[in-house]
This record gives sequence, C-alpha cells and structure tokens, in this order.
Amino acid sequence: MSEKVILAGLGGQGMMLLGRLIAQAVMLEGKNVTFFPSYGTEVRGGTAYYHLTVSDEEIFSPVIEEADALIMMNFPSYLKFKDLLKPDSMLFINSSMIDKIDNETNIDVFRIPATKIANDIGNVVASNMVMLGAYNQVKNLVSIPIFLSCLKNVLKGRKEPFFEVNKLAIERGADFIKNF
Amino acid sequence: MTLTDKNKKYLLTGNEACAEAAIQAGCRFYYGYPITPQNEILTHMAIRMPQAGGTSIQVESELAAINMVHGSAAAGARAMTSSSSPGISLKQEGISYLAGSELPCVIVNVQRGGPGLGDISPSQADYFQAVKGGGHGDYHTIVLAPSSVQETADLVFDAFDLADRYRNPVMILGDAQLGQMMESVVFNKKCEPNSFKKDWALTGANGKKRNIIKSFYPVRGELEKFNAKLQAKYSLIKSKEVRYEEINTENADIVIVAYGTCARICKEVLMKNKTPNIKVGLLRPITLWPYPSQIIQEISEKVRAILTVEMSAGQMVEDVRLSVSGRCPVHFYGRTGGGIPSPKEIIRKITEIISVKEEITSAT
Repeated sequence: MSEKVILAGLGGQGMMLLGRLIAQAVMLEGKNVTFFPSYGTEVRGGTAYYHLTVSDEEIFSPVIEEADALIMMNFPSYLKFKDLLKPDSMLFINSSMIDKIDNETNIDVFRIPATKIANDIGNVVASNMVMLGAYNQVKNLVSIPIFLSCLKNVLKGRKEPFFEVNKLAIERGADFIKNF
Repeated sequence: MTLTDKNKKYLLTGNEACAEAAIQAGCRFYYGYPITPQNEILTHMAIRMPQAGGTSIQVESELAAINMVHGSAAAGARAMTSSSSPGISLKQEGISYLAGSELPCVIVNVQRGGPGLGDISPSQADYFQAVKGGGHGDYHTIVLAPSSVQETADLVFDAFDLADRYRNPVMILGDAQLGQMMESVVFNKKCEPNSFKKDWALTGANGKKRNIIKSFYPVRGELEKFNAKLQAKYSLIKSKEVRYEEINTENADIVIVAYGTCARICKEVLMKNKTPNIKVGLLRPITLWPYPSQIIQEISEKVRAILTVEMSAGQMVEDVRLSVSGRCPVHFYGRTGGGIPSPKEIIRKITEIISVKEEITSAT
C-alpha cells in the first residue's frame, strides 16, 4: 500500500497538527512515513501545506508530484493544489469554506462542511479532526484508537479538556461520510 | 522529551534527529546562532543539552559559535555548531583554523538557496564551499551527505568518530528539505567517545608536558612540513573512508550520480521503473569528500552515459567529470534557487539523452 496525500489550509486550521498526528499514528502501526511541512516565509492568512507519504515500502521522493488524495480546508489551498490530483484520486474539501470547484469527471469529490460541523459541536478549531474522520472513513489509513492515543499525548496538561471535542469531531466526520 | 530508548522509533525532523544524535554521540558543547531552516537544531539543543549535562549556547554570531567550538575541541571535548548557507560562509575562517590546528569537531550545514541571503528553500549550492575548502589554505573537511532523517542521525554519530580518529573537522551537508521533513528514526548506534585517546588536548600541564594547539608556523620550512603531514592524513582518509550507495548499476544504460535529497528523488525514477525501455542505475555519494571517484570511473567504462542531478547550477558534476575523464558523456540536470527537480523532469532528461544518442548511432 502507498498513499500520497497533501493537506492544506489557512494557517491556524490545524493541518500541521493533523498531518503530524497521522504520521505518528501510521508510524506506530509499522508503516513508513515521510511528512514534509511548508515552513518559514508563509504570511498570516496564507496557505500552510503538508506533503504526507505513507507506504509499506521505502519512500523515495518526499515531494508529491501526483497525489492520491487532497484534504483542502479553504479555497486558496484548493486552487494551489488541484492540478496535482491524478486520475481516480480523491478530493476532500471543507465545503464550509470552498463553494465552487472545477467540474471534475474522473475524481471522487467529498464535500464535508467541516467548519460548520465543528462549530455545531462547540469548537470551530476541531474542523481538522472532522476532515480526518471523513477522510479515514473512506481511506481507512490510520487506526483511530492509535491516533487518539497520539492526540492525548499532544493534549497533555492544560489542553486536556479539548480531547473530548476532538474525538467527537472525528466521529462526526465519519458519520457524515456514512450518510453521504 | 526523552529520546534515549534505543529500540524505539521516533517521528522527528531531520534537524531534531541531527541534534539528538549529536548528544547521544557524546557531544556536550553546542554553539549556534539562529537561521532558517536549521533552527530546530538550536531549539532541541537548548532543551536537551542541559538534561544531558552539557552546554548549549545561543551565541552572538556565527563567528563566536565556530571559535567557541575551537576552544571546546582544543580541550578535548566533542563539540558541534550548525547553521545554514549564509551562516556557514561566516564560519569559514574558523573552519580553516580548526583544520590548521587539527581539531576534531562537527559542523552542520542545512543548505538553503543562495548566493547572498538567497531564500530559505532547499539547495545544494554549497558543494564547492564544502568539499574544496571554503576557507583559506590547503585543507579538507570530511563531508558527509545524508539522504533521510535516519541517515542524518547515523552519520552524525559517525561524524564524531571520524573527527576524533583523524583530528579533523567533519561537515554534515544536508539541505532544507532534509532538515524540515519528519520521518521515523531509531537511535541505535553505539557511542564510545572515550575510545579515542586525546593526549594532545589542553587539559592542564600540572605534572606533565604542556601541549600546544596552533595553526601558526612562522619559522621557514616548518609550515611546509606541517602541510606535508596534513596531506599524508588526507591521503589516508581518501584511501579508507570513501562511502557510497550503488543501485542497479550493473548493465545500466545510464547511471545517475546524485546525493542527498536529489538522490532520493532519482531513486523514485529507478525503483518505480518509470523508464521501462531504459535501464537506469544510481550512484549516491555518501562522502562528498573524500569523493567516490574510483567507482564512478569504473561505472563510466560500462555505461552509455552518466547524468548528474543537483539542486545547483552544476557543482558536483565537475568532480564527476574529473572521475570519468572523458570515458563516457557526462550530462547535467540542475535546479537552482529553491527549485527541487521532480521525477518527471529527470525522466524527460534521461529520455532526451538516450534518444539523442540513438539518433547519432543510427545515423553513422
């Protein structure tokens, strides 16, 4: 198995955390993983993007030329990466912040109102976890219990109260796909 | 954060792995000045070095950092500094003095785009500076080029051993891509810093002969003698420490020579069999100095062409051409200023080289 996915969104939408946690979870399951974050001169409100490659075999190029999936949190991100989708790949968009996309014929598009779902359960910041729930319901890339234990580690101490809402967000994202 | 479990896998950036490996290799003195894209080394050292009982200082400049390394190394300790391209330029005088004083130390260059202040994207444009002696005088640093996070950690361990064995500065030549990306890493190398006897170190002369560490030989003839000694050491390093990785070079039509991040991208072309009608091999130098000239010469006698791929305007390709000495055509593909070659671009270049050669062969 091999999965090349690009995660992108506004700085602050939690794509770095999400990508890092997925990377950690799949690593603990014994898979190879390369996670390349954008860094440095991004401006406030600009696009933060991450290349994540997961494979049973050795990973060569860390830069993704053709993606199996895109997880796009806002419209500028979608514009930046839409051309990297290969035929028969999957596009996961946060439809709360992306309303218009190209007419894709050979790509599976999943429109998830992640910001709205996160807001409804009481924490707009958890939209990244809604996207994970949806993405993983389709792709089954990570084991959710392992992912949650990684998340728990990150939320140790002061941030511990946020664990439950993140967990709920993952469930709501998965439920959304089940009823898609 | 404790990362000392020998059997555990950690998800780390190349920079973090580099810093952690240094500590586990017995480095107890680190001096750095911030610059993107290597700041995680400084940060990790600031957190972990005190836990390990060592000293990590964010100093006032790159010059201070390299000269503090000089002091620690002269006292016999394992010491390191790190920076990125513009900062490494500033350290060159200090590196020349370290080489001239035969002091073991490790210098990490997480390369970014240049010249000048350039940008903060990946680059391999400091090759000349690293392998040809960026400072003044006839000297060499041993230069190691990792191509993954795991190899970064492993080579940092080896770098400290090589430095102590030859009393010579060792450079880890990475790039922004390697420094910033996260991969799994296991710290399972053994570290025995005390296995190297440092009877030359300045540890106090109470009851014993005093040692002198210097790079100044004003008496006529002395400096030439010292240079001869240095050159003999470099010859020994050349004969014993060359390292490379060789993949599918047997029966290859074309062999790519690439190091670091570029080598990984080229590996994608080979291993995923993206050029079904052309057999492609890869020679990845791991030591950039000493350079694997011998194996490249042997390969050049068997292949139709060699292609060098770099994130520069063409630097290592000069050493490839020297090794090949006209035995086969040497082609070059490079990107500069933060551009990273893609597998598609490399495939296009390979197809271009082989089809042009075919046209010539069929015309004659």
